[in-house]
Amino acid sequence: MNEDLKRELIIENYNNPVNKGLTNDKDYISIEKSNPSCIDHFKIEIKLKDNIVEDIRFDGEACAISTSALSISISKLIGKTKEEALNIIDNYNKMILNEEYDSKVLEELEIYKDISKQPARAKCATIGINGIKDLLEKN
Amino acid sequence: MDYRNDFKFLKQGIIYFDNAATTLKPDKVIEKMDDYYYNYPSNAHRGDYNISIKASTEFENTRSLVKKFINAKKTEEIIFTSGATDSINMAIYGYFLNNLKKDDEVLITKSEHASIVIPWFDLENKLGIKVRYIDLNDDYTFNIENFKTMINPNTKVISIAEITNVIGDKRDIKEITKIAHENNIKVLVDASQSIGHVKIDVTDTDVDFLAFSAHKMLGPTGVGVLYGKEELLNEISYRKGGGTSISFENPSEIIYKDLPYKLEAGTQNIAGVIGLSEAIKFLNEVGLDYIEDYTNNLKEYLVSKLENNKNITMYNPDVEGSILIFNVKNVFAQDTAIYLNNHNICVRAGDHCDKKLHDETNMKNTVRISLYFYNTKEEIDKLVDALNNDNILEESIL
Ligand SMILES: Cc1ncc(COP(=O)(O)O)c(C=O)c1O
Repeated sequence: MNEDLKRELIIENYNNPVNKGLTNDKDYISIEKSNPSCIDHFKIEIKLKDNIVEDIRFDGEACAISTSALSISISKLIGKTKEEALNIIDNYNKMILNEEYDSKVLEELEIYKDISKQPARAKCATIGINGIKDLLEKN
Repeated sequence: MDYRNDFKFLKQGIIYFDNAATTLKPDKVIEKMDDYYYNYPSNAHRGDYNISIKASTEFENTRSLVKKFINAKKTEEIIFTSGATDSINMAIYGYFLNNLKKDDEVLITKSEHASIVIPWFDLENKLGIKVRYIDLNDDYTFNIENFKTMINPNTKVISIAEITNVIGDKRDIKEITKIAHENNIKVLVDASQSIGHVKIDVTDTDVDFLAFSAHKMLGPTGVGVLYGKEELLNEISYRKGGGTSISFENPSEIIYKDLPYKLEAGTQNIAGVIGLSEAIKFLNEVGLDYIEDYTNNLKEYLVSKLENNKNITMYNPDVEGSILIFNVKNVFAQDTAIYLNNHNICVRAGDHCDKKLHDETNMKNTVRISLYFYNTKEEIDKLVDALNNDNILEESIL
């Protein structure tokens, strides 16, 4: 993907993130995530049914990278089994940490590979998806 | 006057506008600390040999300089700590925890720093005191009439910053203290943002406690000061036990040393304290009146330039001082800060440790520019140029 397309995808997901707004429904499990080194703050809700990630929603305020990364992650993870979702997250974190990872399972999430190398952006790309990870692992 | 040559850091071409977080350090401060580590790296108040005596002398010399700098009556009233947070905590847990009781009231405002708010909340939980907020003006500045109307027989403390770290307004500490003392209210002033910016005179204002950090006044990190009136500091019976603070043979015979040493247990940040002496000398040379005028003018200049940018909302343009907070339309504060970082400009994005104020207002997260006397109009012009761009969000994503 070229730089302009990457940027466009990020801005689009920042300005119009998917599934923004919480349900506060009791069928959802929820978690709050903040980034200690900045001001990003999310609340995330997940609905798991028969081991399938049926829905993920979020609310909060965060920068363009954090918000868009969470939005794209949500699109990617809904409909997956818990194990599939955790595998994607695991590969995503490996990519961010510059370790070997399976590029096939990440698809457009790969746009965050270089961005996360900027020191000021390092944590932004992972705050949301790791909130999802915490929720899935605990349930 | 140009002091930029006194800061090696400034030769890198980085524009530093985050002086409310910490100021730059003049070369002389760094050299002073190097000199200690290279030439007399010994403990203070411990040895009978020349280099230790030199370290003790330099350490105590800083205490005298601090005393003069804030016009305290005695050097015993100057306690070295690890920073403003530590100083505030020492006053609150060392003095007020023992001197307040259930239903006593402490007045703060919604624009105080977390280092004030959190210890008082903790005392509310521990003692059942009440922390109450003095209402601010519409522009979030302090309102002395609102303070007066809050006072009742239970009011025991007012605990506020002289200059706040978000809005940057300067409070009339002398008048506030006068009113407080007429009502038997103790005054704890957070001078973190005013130290090195305006003249502080604890004898004239008559405050009871005053706290600040060295690193916001050209000095090193890891050093702070708690000023307290001698009789109040003497009531802080015990905070940390250890070498220097006490002498004892057995538990029934603990003898506390005299002020200031009884509140300075353990080896202090000797290099840092000694470095602070050069920071004070530097500030005295530049002159606090000059600094206050210069930064006020610089802020006015900044505001006048940004007024022409239709994408920018400024939240405190008319408040005199060295701090401006703003946002760029449709850009999250942190993205603006990262965009400016790409232009070698350092600014702070956030709620500035002041979640209360941000919850209260619709400002939420903002970008903060905080100026000091080594900043220039040329630097501001570069900032203004960088912000004159309709694609800040796009360009924050490299
Ligand atoms: C108004 C105010 N009070 C207290 C502090 C705490 O200072 P320190 O972090 O040096 O302890 C700060 C620093 O940000 C401040 O701006």
